[in-house]
Amino acid sequence: MDGEELTQQETELYDRQIRVWGVDAQRRLSKANVLVCGMTGTVAEFCKNIVLAGVGSVTLVDDGVVTEAALSANFLIPPDESVSKGRTLAELCCDSLLEFNSMVRVSVEKGDISSFGEDFFSKFDVVVISSSSLATKKLINEKCRRLLRRVAFYTVDCRDSCGEIFVDLQNYKYTKKKVDEAVEFELKYPSFEEAITTPWKRLPRRMARLYFAMRVIEKFEEAEGRKPGETSILDFPGVMKKRQELCEEESFNESQIPDYLLERLVVGTREFPPVCAVIGGILGQEVIKAISGKGDPLKNFFFFDAFDGKGIIEDISNPDAAS
Amino acid sequence: MDSPPPLSAIKDAKVLMVGAGGIGCELLKTLALSGFPDIHIIDMDTIEVSNLNRQFLFRQKHVGQSKAKVAREAVLRFRPNISITPYHANVKDPDFNVDFFKQFSVVLNGLDNLDARRHVNRLCLAADVPLVESGTTGFLGQVTVHLKGKTECYECQPKPAPKSYPVCTITSTPSKFVHCIVWAKDLLFAKLFGDKAQDNDLNVRSGNASTSDHTEDVFERRKDEDIEEYGRRIYDHVFGYNIEVALANEETWKNRSKPRPIYSKDVLPERLIKQNGNMDSASATDNPSSVSAMASLGMKNPQEIWSLMENSKIFLEALKLFFGKRGKEVGNLSFDKDDQLAVEFVTSAANIRASSFGISLHSLFESKGIAGNIVHAVATTNAIIAGLIVIEAIKVLQKDARSYRMTYCLEHPSKKMLLMPVEPYEPNKSCYVCSETPLSLEINTHRSTLREFVDKIVKAKLGMNLPLIMHGSALLYEVGDDLEEDMVTNYAANLEKVLSELPSPVTSGTLLTVEDLQQELTCNISIKHRSLTLCLCLCLCLCLSLSLSLSVHRDVWWWDFC
Repeated sequence: MDGEELTQQETELYDRQIRVWGVDAQRRLSKANVLVCGMTGTVAEFCKNIVLAGVGSVTLVDDGVVTEAALSANFLIPPDESVSKGRTLAELCCDSLLEFNSMVRVSVEKGDISSFGEDFFSKFDVVVISSSSLATKKLINEKCRRLLRRVAFYTVDCRDSCGEIFVDLQNYKYTKKKVDEAVEFELKYPSFEEAITTPWKRLPRRMARLYFAMRVIEKFEEAEGRKPGETSILDFPGVMKKRQELCEEESFNESQIPDYLLERLVVGTREFPPVCAVIGGILGQEVIKAISGKGDPLKNFFFFDAFDGKGIIEDISNPDAAS
Repeated sequence: MDSPPPLSAIKDAKVLMVGAGGIGCELLKTLALSGFPDIHIIDMDTIEVSNLNRQFLFRQKHVGQSKAKVAREAVLRFRPNISITPYHANVKDPDFNVDFFKQFSVVLNGLDNLDARRHVNRLCLAADVPLVESGTTGFLGQVTVHLKGKTECYECQPKPAPKSYPVCTITSTPSKFVHCIVWAKDLLFAKLFGDKAQDNDLNVRSGNASTSDHTEDVFERRKDEDIEEYGRRIYDHVFGYNIEVALANEETWKNRSKPRPIYSKDVLPERLIKQNGNMDSASATDNPSSVSAMASLGMKNPQEIWSLMENSKIFLEALKLFFGKRGKEVGNLSFDKDDQLAVEFVTSAANIRASSFGISLHSLFESKGIAGNIVHAVATTNAIIAGLIVIEAIKVLQKDARSYRMTYCLEHPSKKMLLMPVEPYEPNKSCYVCSETPLSLEINTHRSTLREFVDKIVKAKLGMNLPLIMHGSALLYEVGDDLEEDMVTNYAANLEKVLSELPSPVTSGTLLTVEDLQQELTCNISIKHRSLTLCLCLCLCLCLSLSLSLSVHRDVWWWDFC
């Protein structure tokens, strides 16, 4: 493909995974540049996965400092305060990630991601946003979509023992070998905004309830001017009211978004490490597929709830949205 | 925001992890983050470079060190206040007895072989400790939960045994590349470089009982024989002469395409070694582990599929390097997938044979995977499975029986699900491991020795590690450190006898009791005598006891030949 061979070091280190996805895919990975914003426990898992896989570079954005919540779910953060004092989450995670694979360039970008221009995003092949407000998600997604190059966009959020991944690969063409011939596939992904404006009553009846619950919480946080995850049991009545509002707007039955689910998400804002591992793993796989062009990418939402153990893909696209 | 207290079920838990590899590293990390305060971990392996793409607790500098110990150190760096007890040992070691297992609230497996899994399954049943099992290959994985009396045990559903091939397919009628690999590895490599005292079927041929004495000499290098001449002589014998002999038997090829004999003079008319004798292509101080035929011949790409000529060059060069640079090891070598030269030899030999039989050739990379039984693996699947294991472990600790699930991680979604939970099944009433079901065995008691019974049935099929065999009150065989000398002699003698000629004769209708005290497993086996049925397969070869496939049909077994 590129004509460059893998180095001996790469062949030796990546032997077992090359047996899974092949040499070409490995080459593509080594040239990919990934941007990650929001160093949550889940994102830490994701970064570990793609660094081990051998991507070209990973750029981390998170100027936050160490908190107890961060320490509880993120294994990249050293527990020793004398080490972590005065350093941002991105800087601490960067140091740890560099140890996993010397062939991957891991670095930090300071600042508020919403203020970065399109030029900045054009340097990347993949952008992953976590723990960001609804407004930020839409904004970054739009910036990525306006670029000439196709930049894959993902959001990932875990609350309590649930997780949600959103995927936007825009217009994505890939080939698959069926028996002896190579068949071309094309998928058209909606943006985050297009997807979530899909009228609720148009969605299939048996759908992951977590989707609706997350939208309610999202809207609540936006209306109240809260940072993502900044809720507590005291907000439960407010969240229920928001549910009522939204369900009225959408002519949607409130019982489809059960109280106990909303309560879990409102109260349990801290991540649950086993779910971080599951979601970080699924996201890692998806990004590897998108970079390598190999394998069916998921379209376009993934939900996991440890309570029932199901990992579900939902295809949510607005038929009314202008294409 | 208040931090929620750690679940009380977790804070008093003492868990055992078996395996600190791909799943193990991810699992230890997730257990530690989840607040497990007391973790024990058993792993007998040391760290290799090929582990580092996914076993992220290890670094290049740790290669050669104990996985259990290094994993512990790495995790303590971010959770310094938990207790992790590492054991650099084999879980089948008698020290890990039922009392050892009883101290744990739950056992979590991250193993890579069936044998150890069965052993742990039995110890967990004996200790009545819940077991969470798991496995991954590439993008696929699963997590299962096993509770004595409540769910299936790990062995309630028989697991497929590793693939084996009939001897005649390997020696005479290969049809797939893997057959050529097995030939190159288990026959040719073993014959040339392995223990000479071992039986070897390399020259087993159809119908020809008198493979005369002169074949004994063929593989021996004559005194002062020029290395390239020796190599070509071997080449011509196995790829040329042996094929011609096989072709002479028309019956074999009636419905099969014929192989063609290949001679070195036709493929490589010119000698490889330009100078006489000297290993001058590399210095005398070469590190044995860096000796490589590919390097020697300037071939760099392990993914490349070599031509017949290139394979032949590698074959001769590898042979030359073994004798020239690693002569001391010749006669003692067994195939090791991490031995570059061995992999090169086996690849080239398999490819030449494949060429002869019209089978497609494969690269060194592919051949190494087949010959070394390499499992392809990535970090993400292991991470997902580890998360699922901890979720099940917590349910087990909370004794929330209705919530236990077997979870399957799929590559392609099924009913929109990539992670599919299923309720565990009830125990299989005919499972000989957890339900004490008696077994029957049909066997030729006049031909089969006690040794064959112990090795092939008791150890391999029944998965016992340290067995004890009784016929009524008579002890036919047992293993142990504290046995008296005359008992040991007695057992040694018994092993060589056929069943019907044992001091306490085993014939049709005999009931044998087979036990493994460590696994606390007892099996009662009812013996039925059955005469050998000679199976005359197309190649007219009498496949003797080397190739056997044992079938389990409910609880009755019988020997199938060829």
